[in-house]
Amino acid sequence: MRKVPDNRAWWLVLPVLLLVAFSALVPLMTVVNYSVQDIFGPGNAYYVGTEWFRDVLRDERLQASLLRQFGFSAAVLAIEIPLGIGIALMMPKGGIRASLCLILLAIPLLIPWNVVGTIWQIFARGDIGLFGWGLNQLGFNYNYTGDPVDAWLTVLLMDVWHWTPLVALLCYSGLRAIPEAFYQAAEIDRASRWAVFRYIQLPRLKNVLVIAVLLRFMDSFMIYTEPFVLTGGGPGSSTTFLSQTLTTMAVGQFDLGRAAAFSLVYFLIVLLVSWLFFTAITHMDKER
Amino acid sequence: MAIRERSRSKGLGITVFIILLLTPIYWLLNMSFKTNREILSGLTLWPQNFTFDNYVVIFTDSSWYSGYINSMTYVLMNMTITLTVALPAAYAFSRYRFLGDKHLFFWLLSNRMAPPAVFLLPFFQLYSSIGLFDTHIAVALAHCLFNVPLAVWILEGFMSGVPREYDEMAYIDGYSFPRFFVKIFMPMIRSGIGVTAFFIFMFSWVELLLARTLTSVDAQPIAAIMTRTIGASGIDWGVLSAAGVLTILPGVLVVWFVRNHVARGFALGRV
Amino acid sequence: MLDWMNWTQPVAIFFVVIACILVAMSVWELASPCSERRGFLPIATTRGDRLFIGLLCAAYIHLAFLGLSEISLWVALAVSVAWLLILLRWG
Repeated sequence: MRKVPDNRAWWLVLPVLLLVAFSALVPLMTVVNYSVQDIFGPGNAYYVGTEWFRDVLRDERLQASLLRQFGFSAAVLAIEIPLGIGIALMMPKGGIRASLCLILLAIPLLIPWNVVGTIWQIFARGDIGLFGWGLNQLGFNYNYTGDPVDAWLTVLLMDVWHWTPLVALLCYSGLRAIPEAFYQAAEIDRASRWAVFRYIQLPRLKNVLVIAVLLRFMDSFMIYTEPFVLTGGGPGSSTTFLSQTLTTMAVGQFDLGRAAAFSLVYFLIVLLVSWLFFTAITHMDKER
Repeated sequence: MAIRERSRSKGLGITVFIILLLTPIYWLLNMSFKTNREILSGLTLWPQNFTFDNYVVIFTDSSWYSGYINSMTYVLMNMTITLTVALPAAYAFSRYRFLGDKHLFFWLLSNRMAPPAVFLLPFFQLYSSIGLFDTHIAVALAHCLFNVPLAVWILEGFMSGVPREYDEMAYIDGYSFPRFFVKIFMPMIRSGIGVTAFFIFMFSWVELLLARTLTSVDAQPIAAIMTRTIGASGIDWGVLSAAGVLTILPGVLVVWFVRNHVARGFALGRV
Repeated sequence: MLDWMNWTQPVAIFFVVIACILVAMSVWELASPCSERRGFLPIATTRGDRLFIGLLCAAYIHLAFLGLSEISLWVALAVSVAWLLILLRWG
């Protein structure tokens, strides 16, 4: 769309600006202040310079949690994106069955995150949960509260269960935007199923896929509630991701300075990645 | 022939996936109708002694159902605030080029991406210092942090789909901006506003970390109250499941109302 | 009312400087609007984009100095400012 240059548009944006500044900028400034001080209580703080940052950047526990986080996000993307595309391709094209599919797919997205944790906490238990019980009956020695690998896989499975529908719905709406004429042309050319996907569907999916990858990366990168309820970060620290490490530090140990420094590093990582994605999206918009 | 076979296998695939998707939810439903003795005595695929006791516990105890009311209150407040400020802003982004527009847009989005855990402590301090701790409005304002950017993003997509000519024609007909916006423009992007409301509802309803930190008694969300089922004698699985089922219902209702626009909304209006 | 924010002088200076840069850039933009161009960066950028990239780089440069070496942060600051100027001019 052709946009008109007009700086008066600022007045329309002003309410949003004030609101978000209040709820984002003020806290951000506070975090920066905390990060350079050692705080014992109100009015009882000592300036320590960049000590906390040095500390946080060299803390092996945090590095391990960061690595785990990247591993988890990568695994989430590697499973959910292809699976989501597959589901979207299988969905009916229209009518009542399509509506039904959409509603059923959307259900996991609307469950409060701690309830998602609760559902899987129950479902995966060896004694009262169908999933855990079933695996044990099949002869697997499965126990998500005791075995780190089982716990990690359960959290991953929970995330796939929870968020694959989002990817599927995004891709579905992308697929619906392809004109029927494209498929008819492909049929006349006797194009194979793979060729149709590769040269007609995939290019049209590119835009929604970027959004899907962006949302999934960001949300998996700040995952907190679900693993907290399911495993509490254990056994050991096998499912302790960044947000949980941070929350434990800030609320649990009340280690404000260190938590603030850690927050800022966390925020910088997120900022870099979201900037890369945002640039990618806007440049795609431009190409169209 | 081959096409029919393919579509049949497609139908089978999607059916299997949806069944797998619903199994954990069925299990929760199943548990919520059982007594605790039945739950712990062994695995049964459906309730043997069908009971509503767990639901009765929730509906007769005011601390339980006030949790639902609290959650609903701040979600609705958040929806009102978010839509009020996001509509004009999205219009500005979709129609005008102005100083720093792209950077402002990115800054808004980066707030959607910021982990709530980062803002946890300062939020607590901020709302305590202005006397809003443990009120609904505090949670509603805190949720604006991620809902406002998302709302602006979605609405901007929908608004860009409406040609400028409508705006210009209305101005020629002598409409003032506010009147044009409310009388003509908003009805045109009705479905977009519906989808946005759906998303605001969804993300505010499912969030727990901020809602739990900013409340203690009076405005505690249902999700936080659920942790109470862990008592001295272990977890009350039946009541926990019943509470879980009840938190799913509002979402299902909302998705039913906007079902035709959901898919479009999930692409953030950008397809 | 602002006690809980625990303001310290260096942080205050930091935010004032950032605010000044933003105001200056806005005034500059109003005085002489700039158009997108290609420099050595792989994408076409405006002045504001380059400023943002520069600031983000500066943050990472500081973190790298802190995390990987014992060198004074003033060196990191000098490197960042130099890099920011290079970006603004040729990026």
